Amino acid sequence: MSEPTQAEAAQDAAFEPITTAIWHETADEQNPFLAQRCLCAGFDVFEDLLGKAGWIEYLFLLFRRRQATPAETRLLNDLAVAIANPGPRDHSIQAAMSAAAGGSTLASCLMAALAVGAGRRNGGREIYDAMLLWQACQKDLSLWKPGLKEKHYLSYQQQHNGHDFDVWPEMEQAPGFAPHAGACAHPVLRTLAHLAKVAASLGMDTHLAWLHGHRETLERAAELPLAMTGVVAAAFSDLGFDPQEAEILYLLLRLPGAAAHSIEQHRLGWRDYPFHPHGIKLDMDPQAQSKETES
Amino acid sequence: MSNPWLPWEECWKTDLGAWFPGERVVFRGQDLFEELPDLPWMGLLLYGITGKIPTKAQIRLFDGIWALAASFPDPRLWNNRIGALAGTARSTTTLGVGAGVAVSEAVIYGYQPLMGAMESLLAIKARLQNKECLSDILQDKLSPRPQGSPRPASGKSRCVARLPGYGRPIAARDERIAPLMKLARELGLDQGPMLKLAFEIEATLADMGKSMQMNVVGLMAGFSADQGLSPRQHYQYGVLCFSAGILHCAVDAAKHPPGAFFPLRCSRISYTGPAERRWQVQNE
Repeated sequence: MSEPTQAEAAQDAAFEPITTAIWHETADEQNPFLAQRCLCAGFDVFEDLLGKAGWIEYLFLLFRRRQATPAETRLLNDLAVAIANPGPRDHSIQAAMSAAAGGSTLASCLMAALAVGAGRRNGGREIYDAMLLWQACQKDLSLWKPGLKEKHYLSYQQQHNGHDFDVWPEMEQAPGFAPHAGACAHPVLRTLAHLAKVAASLGMDTHLAWLHGHRETLERAAELPLAMTGVVAAAFSDLGFDPQEAEILYLLLRLPGAAAHSIEQHRLGWRDYPFHPHGIKLDMDPQAQSKETES
Repeated sequence: MSNPWLPWEECWKTDLGAWFPGERVVFRGQDLFEELPDLPWMGLLLYGITGKIPTKAQIRLFDGIWALAASFPDPRLWNNRIGALAGTARSTTTLGVGAGVAVSEAVIYGYQPLMGAMESLLAIKARLQNKECLSDILQDKLSPRPQGSPRPASGKSRCVARLPGYGRPIAARDERIAPLMKLARELGLDQGPMLKLAFEIEATLADMGKSMQMNVVGLMAGFSADQGLSPRQHYQYGVLCFSAGILHCAVDAAKHPPGAFFPLRCSRISYTGPAERRWQVQNE
């Protein structure tokens, strides 16, 4: 690879750079806009990494800029399997299918899934909130129990930012717990048990194992059963991700189901997708009111 | 215990409205075609948000804010850039605008400061009614935030400015204040108490030696508060305000050669990560 000429170096200095610790490129000798080599966190993507790294290993590398250990890879892989498809009744998947049923662009199907799956109820923002809760309470029951009972998590925003205003709607339940579920769902229990077992090979005292051991105590304190989001937040905590990383990875890892369901509904079309023809119960209908007046 | 979802199954109770296919549309208890045909788009938007029919002056003011203060035709602005990138990458205009609107919920501009500025203005008003002194309130708001856990990210903290509505990235002076105040004067909507407070805050900051001029978000908070909007309604009013600027940037970029919007040469990447190394194949 040739050294840049003086003119090229001067040109480069005049332009604002993009700063990144993730990606490095060296240009083709003839074309400065064509990459010859691409390094991801120091690894040559197309000469070294391609063919050796699994997709989950590459995903971990992108975020953490180091190779995952086999135990970390296994945990992230199994977590990704558990959340890849929440199923067609989930709000984010419904959004993707609703887009697809009307024949919308495929990108909009995934955008719809992301937008709806981003929220404080079972979405990305709940993961963020749950990660803050783990940070605040760690693996200490004496912090969790009053924290859940007295809803300390409601003040994290205020503590961090010095104000309460937020474009996100107000939190309505303890993050990581499932309102209206009645009892902890079987898929949640199975995922927790499995991931806690997998995480044991991380060689540390894991959040997942602690959650597995204290689930019922925490559920009593929260007066709600554990949700999948609670398990996911524990797993991301064990993998060393911060709340922002956990939020965005959760959004990303739930997209496969949205994508597959979108394609299916795109092919089936709107006639095979629920429209809820008699579902709206209008409180203020001027025609109904005038009929009442007439009678 | 009865299941809480059973009463909601195929039963969405609402006073928002409904479409009666082939017949009519009801919007907040009124027939759209019979009772609301003269209300312009901004009027319908405000009616939908507040449930009250806005006055002509209110419609003109809120429309003017969108026209003069939000949709600038500059593709360098962070949300407009999504439109321009969609155009240059030959995506659809709708995808560019949809994503650009979502992106407008930013920290340094857009909807987060928009909502924050109004919350902040109302909070200052409440403290003044509590007999606190304005400069003390402002000093308190500008004092450093408490450090320590919880930490949303391992890196730099990103949250809305401590005093949203004052100060501005890139430029100190906000060129939108004067034309909007001119419009408000013409409409007789420039004398509201919250608007006056917004300017009083700016003057007090100057007296305190802080170089934080009011930006348009601070001004908008004053207007909306005086017109009776809540912070959440103010935010809802703002959600689409940037859409036209993003749209125009998308259309403009689509007229240019594909890929031509600020192309980046490889050397523009300033790499700060680990040195080159070899991948180690690991077996569990």
